[in-house]
Amino acid sequence: MNAITVDHIVKTYGSKKQVLTALDDISFEVKKGELFGIIGPDGAGKTSLFRILTTLLLAEGGTATVDGYDVVKDYKQIRKSVGYMPGKFSLYQDLSVEENLEFFATIFNTSIDQNYDLIKDIYVQIEPFKKRRAGKLSGGMKQKLALCCALIHKPSVLFLDEPTTGVDAVSRKEFWDMLKDLKKQGITILVSTPYMDEAAMCDRVALIQSGKIMSIETPENIVKEFEGELWAVRSADMYRLLNDLKQYKYTESCNSFGEYHHLLLTKNQGGKEGVLKYLNELSHKNILLEHTAPNIEDRFMQLMKNT
Amino acid sequence: MKKLLVILEKEFRQVFRNPAILRMVLVMPVIQLLVFPFAANYEVKNVSLSVVDHDHSSYSQKFINKISGSQYFKLVDYSPSYDKAMRTIESGEADLIVEIPAGFEKALVNENKSSMLIAVNAVNGVKANLGGAYAASIIRDFNAEIRTDWIQFPSFNPQPTINVTSSSWYNPTMNYKIFMVPAILVTLLTMIGSLMAALNIVHEKEIGTIEQINVSPITKVQFILGKLIPFWIMGLVTLTLGLLVSWLFYDIVPVGSLALIYVFGMVFLFTLLGVGLLMSTYAETQTQATFVSFFVMMLFMLLGGLYTPIESMPEWARWITKVNPVAYFIEVMRMIVLKGSTFADVRTDFFSVLGLGIFFNTWAVINYRKRS
Repeated sequence: MNAITVDHIVKTYGSKKQVLTALDDISFEVKKGELFGIIGPDGAGKTSLFRILTTLLLAEGGTATVDGYDVVKDYKQIRKSVGYMPGKFSLYQDLSVEENLEFFATIFNTSIDQNYDLIKDIYVQIEPFKKRRAGKLSGGMKQKLALCCALIHKPSVLFLDEPTTGVDAVSRKEFWDMLKDLKKQGITILVSTPYMDEAAMCDRVALIQSGKIMSIETPENIVKEFEGELWAVRSADMYRLLNDLKQYKYTESCNSFGEYHHLLLTKNQGGKEGVLKYLNELSHKNILLEHTAPNIEDRFMQLMKNT
Repeated sequence: MKKLLVILEKEFRQVFRNPAILRMVLVMPVIQLLVFPFAANYEVKNVSLSVVDHDHSSYSQKFINKISGSQYFKLVDYSPSYDKAMRTIESGEADLIVEIPAGFEKALVNENKSSMLIAVNAVNGVKANLGGAYAASIIRDFNAEIRTDWIQFPSFNPQPTINVTSSSWYNPTMNYKIFMVPAILVTLLTMIGSLMAALNIVHEKEIGTIEQINVSPITKVQFILGKLIPFWIMGLVTLTLGLLVSWLFYDIVPVGSLALIYVFGMVFLFTLLGVGLLMSTYAETQTQATFVSFFVMMLFMLLGGLYTPIESMPEWARWITKVNPVAYFIEVMRMIVLKGSTFADVRTDFFSVLGLGIFFNTWAVINYRKRS
């Protein structure tokens, strides 16, 4: 049985005059025990999807189930058995770490001791501050506390809406390590993120853009789906290089990626020599042009362009 | 049940950690009860008087002495002409002009009648009304004095007069404060009931904690009770404080039963909390909730008989007061505190407020949604 099924879900906002389609006929399935990522930019519809699955929002069309329960009919069951961590920190800032955790344990008819194993690895990191008010914690600590609170009733499915947005790189890495540990305990995790590099940590990812799913695959396969040969280019003047490459007649796409620009040529016309010749004519210095393996972001950009 | 207790524990913790709420509940009522009754006063004193005396006779002098000697008027201006006196009204110096025409005494003695003019600045209607009435009654007095002066000997056929002696029941000294303090106490409970509970729930919406609560097995009734009970208790604390202040500072001891006041107070708070809850289910931010609460509270208070008697309101306004819990409680408080009314006397009001409470709370619970 699937932990989550989403079947032709449609959600729109606004009135007759100006309708905004947040989710446009979305369907996918998440298997039990899977770490499933929803990857997409801001405004792609990630939060709407999460709110529908956590029974906070009613969809206009389609059906969805979580843990076998229908999100509309059996919402009470779902509220008992899932853990939800909203994108915005939403614990009680004026209660201490310990009080927050206790509160959420009790309202789910459980206690901290009962499911301590599950949160132990995370909780030990914030335990030294357990008397501190939640509002006085640092961003990373808040996020760990929120995760503990979402986990304390041993949910069958965990929903994490952009858990790493606004968190530093080290904490992000730690957070994904924690998720991997949780996965080992058999918890299904649905996580959304705007960061493409985090997609690689998931078992499968859905690339979402403007309310539509562009692709659902394992991270490896998503990369394999990339069409064409990708070049990494750099030179002394990176900004001018980007502009010039975009002007090049055989350029399909060119995007900036850290210290390189990723260049895709129209059906590989011209090849490496053609590009080098073109750049030399424009007197670029220290040109470096080499093959590179595409990553998920490259594929995302490609999909975005094609739709 | 256990869940409700946990929610209550959490709410009380948050209340005790929020100094602003504690101050609102404990300090504000005391200060308001100490300040309001002294400042908010119907009695009009110190009406500024301008006199234009064209007669300069002993009678006009006598009259001026009499009117400026009363506690209601103070003589601020003595003008030679009406136009000059009018200027003092225009500048706001004087509120009332008394013009005594030339030949005032002569006419009085020769023709047994005379006239004078009173002009009042009616920008402030209450002051004008009362000032005019006071002046008229002083003139009447003066008139009676002259009459007794002239009738030296008891005549064979004395003019029959009716002597009126009045007695003020339930408030023998006509003390304004005894009348106002119980009503002000009601308005304080109104604030706590409708505004604070509404703000509290909307606050959870604003910071997003309500999302986390919504995805949990807590039912909406548990959540709402968890919000209402703490403010209900705080309202009763305020009521107790208010009664203590009125006893200590105004020496007002309810003539009626204290228990009846509390029973009515409990039902009243239940109703007001329902109103607050209802507003919170519609408002998305605390700013919205504050504005709506203010509007509703103004309506409740101005149409509640706090300052102006409901009986003198137009028909349509009296209908509004029928669904105004504040109007009932102000009336009942005055009845119990001043008159010693019993439950039988206030039964209709009691069930009206209870009915309104059930109505508002049901509406609020139905409208409170855990999903959008």
